[in-house]
Amino acid sequence: MALFIQQLINGVTLGSIYGLIAIGYTMVYGIIGMINFAHGDIYMIGAFNALLAFLVLGVLGVTWVPLSLLLVLVLAVVITAVYGWTVERVAYRPLRGSTRLAPLISAIGMSILLENYVQLLQGARNKPMTNMLSGGFRLMSRDGFNVEVRYLQVGIVALTIILMVGFTLLITRTALGRAQRATEQDRRMAALLGVNVDRTISLTFVIGAALAAVAGMMVLLYYGQIDFFIGFLVGIKAFTAAVLGGIGSLPGAMLGGLLIGLIEVMWSGYFSVDYKDVAAFGILVMVLIFRPTGLLGRPDLEKV
Amino acid sequence: MASAIAVVDYREFTKRALVAGFVTLVMASLLVGIEAVSTVNGLEVATRYRAVFCASIGVAIVYFLMEMLKAGRTLVPLIVSLAMIVLFAVLEWARAEGLPLGDQLPFDSWVVNWGVMLVPLSLALRALFITVRPEAKSSRTKTDARTHGFTGFYLRYNKLFGLILIVFAIGFPFMPFADRRLVDVGTLVLTYIMLGWGLNIVVGLAGLLDLGYVAFYAVGAYSYAMFATHFDLSFWVALPIAGALAASFGIMLGFPVLRLRGDYLAIVTLGFGEMIRIILTNWWWFTGGPNGINDVPRPSLFGLLFERSAPPGRETFAQFFDIPYSPSQRVFFLYFVILVFALFTNLFTLRLRRLPISRAWEALREDETACRALGINPRNTKLTAFAIGAMFAGMAGSFFAARQGFVSPESFVFIESAVILAIVVLGGLGTQIGVVLAAIVLIGLPEFFRDLQDYRMLVFGIGMVLIMIWRPGGLLSHRDPTIFLHRGKAKS
Amino acid sequence: MSAAPLLAVEHLTMRFGGLVAVDDISFTAPDAQITGVIGPNGAGKTTVFNCLTGFYKPTVGRLSVTSSRGHFLLEQMDGYRICQNAGVARTFQNIRLFVGMSVLENLIVAQHNKLMRASGYTFAGLIGLPGYRRAERAAVETARLWLDKVGLTAMADWDAGNLPYGGQRRLEIARAMCTDPVLLCLDEPAAGLNARESAELNQLLLSIRDEQKIGILLIEHDMSVVMQICDHIVVLDYGRKIADGTPEAIRNDPNVIRAYLGEEEGEDEMGLVAEATGSAT
Repeated sequence: MALFIQQLINGVTLGSIYGLIAIGYTMVYGIIGMINFAHGDIYMIGAFNALLAFLVLGVLGVTWVPLSLLLVLVLAVVITAVYGWTVERVAYRPLRGSTRLAPLISAIGMSILLENYVQLLQGARNKPMTNMLSGGFRLMSRDGFNVEVRYLQVGIVALTIILMVGFTLLITRTALGRAQRATEQDRRMAALLGVNVDRTISLTFVIGAALAAVAGMMVLLYYGQIDFFIGFLVGIKAFTAAVLGGIGSLPGAMLGGLLIGLIEVMWSGYFSVDYKDVAAFGILVMVLIFRPTGLLGRPDLEKV
Repeated sequence: MASAIAVVDYREFTKRALVAGFVTLVMASLLVGIEAVSTVNGLEVATRYRAVFCASIGVAIVYFLMEMLKAGRTLVPLIVSLAMIVLFAVLEWARAEGLPLGDQLPFDSWVVNWGVMLVPLSLALRALFITVRPEAKSSRTKTDARTHGFTGFYLRYNKLFGLILIVFAIGFPFMPFADRRLVDVGTLVLTYIMLGWGLNIVVGLAGLLDLGYVAFYAVGAYSYAMFATHFDLSFWVALPIAGALAASFGIMLGFPVLRLRGDYLAIVTLGFGEMIRIILTNWWWFTGGPNGINDVPRPSLFGLLFERSAPPGRETFAQFFDIPYSPSQRVFFLYFVILVFALFTNLFTLRLRRLPISRAWEALREDETACRALGINPRNTKLTAFAIGAMFAGMAGSFFAARQGFVSPESFVFIESAVILAIVVLGGLGTQIGVVLAAIVLIGLPEFFRDLQDYRMLVFGIGMVLIMIWRPGGLLSHRDPTIFLHRGKAKS
Repeated sequence: MSAAPLLAVEHLTMRFGGLVAVDDISFTAPDAQITGVIGPNGAGKTTVFNCLTGFYKPTVGRLSVTSSRGHFLLEQMDGYRICQNAGVARTFQNIRLFVGMSVLENLIVAQHNKLMRASGYTFAGLIGLPGYRRAERAAVETARLWLDKVGLTAMADWDAGNLPYGGQRRLEIARAMCTDPVLLCLDEPAAGLNARESAELNQLLLSIRDEQKIGILLIEHDMSVVMQICDHIVVLDYGRKIADGTPEAIRNDPNVIRAYLGEEEGEDEMGLVAEATGSAT
């Protein structure tokens, strides 16, 4: 039982991270109908930016942890958001009118580009980082097993909740959010009604990248090390989360993220660690075959 | 039209160029500017600000010049790009001479420096091109595209090109400059050509984005390895079985997923590819785990082995022809085996193009709804493409296993699928010769320049993005009908 | 000849969630006759078509096709089988040609199933057996026949996307005919055609009816087409059938008039209706 609770806590933490990245996938798919293959690598870039920001602040002598965290967060988010913007402008916008295949191939190219860009600039080896936020508390003790909750885990979940609330308010209450939803539903009509479609789409990518950057920073702190290839696997899992929750649905992305996180952690805890990634892929395949609209998604009716 | 614009808004260009430069500055600030160096004490910081500076300024200037070129002004871009090239040449010369000036080169790696210089070079060339041919900006209709430009040139001499390439390929190992290593590279290139042609059927003809193609490659490789090591089957006997096995995998994988839309299909096939790799890595008992299967026998020519000596009852190639043994013999033999395989794949595809299945693929790619309304079974049609593509991958996989002598899961990562896809896309979806050229450039060239190995994938990525932006249909992509009413002759 | 009509629609109902698009519609379309389906926009005409041709699965209802090919229940068939087995071909409201392929190729693709069998499901064709060559030549001849009928022979090797609008509409009909159907369903074939082209369309459809002797089911808004060539008309409104009969009967049916023009009627409206339905000559 205690093991279960521990895994639950771990799973929710991991799930929050996946959820943040999944939102990027689902938003982009909702608004321009393509899978941003490079999104996982944006998350990776977010993690690297966070790492480098930490290093710089360390060299500059900023050691007070809360300030350091805040500065790193801001830096990582801003810089990674610019990456997200650039990727859209360079690789996707020119292809907006063409076949389905072209943007996807461009996205794959972008993904390979980003991975190797970072690999060449920072080296192929793992980048470990000293543990910044150590410490936690013991939740309970049973059967000789201690359920530990790290402060970091609390922080991750709390930050995710804050971001989700803020984000939902953004989408439902502000003009930007309305423009977003309008463009998602009918791009041409939104343009005719005066919505700046290009800017709305760009903003979608920027926000997605920003959230992915937060997730990257969380992963850096949580696992303590990163490398240039983390985007690939996490990207697929986050995409699976988005599909599971219902592509195009924001609460769905978060829900999907939590589920995938929990499934992965439970699988590793109770079955085998080796095949945990297979579990994620398996879910992806199952969902796409049997329930492509996901848990909270809207069905897509083909107009003939 | 290009030169028709009388007024050029330099302020707008400047604004955009500055934005581009600033964006580059922000992006490069940490990732380029700082290097996290792994030392014994943990991570330390090394700075590369010169690169950030040069990159930002460079991007701003290049952007500005590109806007000018788009507006038809060629003189300034030409001068400035030549100036940049000259500056670079001076710095390179300084570095070669050991002068401190040489330290001012923007990037540490010579590959990046030279690579970056391609940008002003292409700008200069474009400027020249526009000056010489003012109507260069394409306002051609699709029909014109068939007769003009690079595509037109290629199409007119299509068959001739193909013939020349085949003759060259056959004679390649016998040419004076062809040593063992070169022929080996040729074998590698031909393997990728075969894979590219196989994937071309799935992606280029049928329009199904398969990102897990490497899975079928793996099935073929492991099948042969297991047949050979457990059942002592010879290569030539195992080959068709491996191909059939791969084809069945294709059908099994394709069956549930082929009704998915393009993007989803891509991700699911990627997922399948990864699943197969993970299973291969972890299923110790069956597949040998991460170590794979070793001691896979090489193929033989009618029973003649290409070894130094043969076990009792067998003969070696050298013994049979009474010539001294040389390792080159096997290399040459393998080269011709894969050449035959590749040509077979090509012939198969050319035949396929004239059959109704191939037209159904193209129609399906264009409009699946209309196909259903015409009584075409979309799922079976797609499955056929998948299965045929998988079969060729399987055969190539068996060859790969036989050539290497061992198989391990590392050879079948997603990047391989991406590379094969890049070859198909960059060569022009649906064209045969395009695949050949792309494979030579993407696989062959890096083999010669060891330094380039590290940058190979980066160039892949950049190339894929650029090709898609420039020509979303691929380099040589174009479509001719395969049947005519009036000309009475079918072309392929 | 059996007594069963070519197409019998019985109690067809189509519900999308809470919305009832088509409500308990029944009608028949006899063989070798042109049946028109008309009604104001949103009446459910295309929904009926989509149910017939396998793009929607009807919530309730029976769609039976009886011909020399046999007896088929369309609501239980896979989309593509409806054309392949039952012989029901259709054209689309927003033309769906294979624009990247040539005119001739569009017609060849339509004969896919026949050609697949002849090529031994690709195997025989790969080896180069002669049977396929013959079948391909025959297919080209069939295509040529239809190209002549619709007047597109000279443009056979053009990209289908380069045809003028009227030509594209005619090509789509020719393509549907190349599948050798027993029932041809046309979704607004006259949309966007001018008077001369509409008249040519009428001739084409009449000749198909008389020479091919197949049934034609036609959604149309253009009354000059409907009234002149239809042997029998079914009128829908708000998902229900409100009239069913000969053109004369429909022209004078008060339910039809009300559906098109609304509740209020007066002398002027009657005149307008008479003009619109072509009864005033």
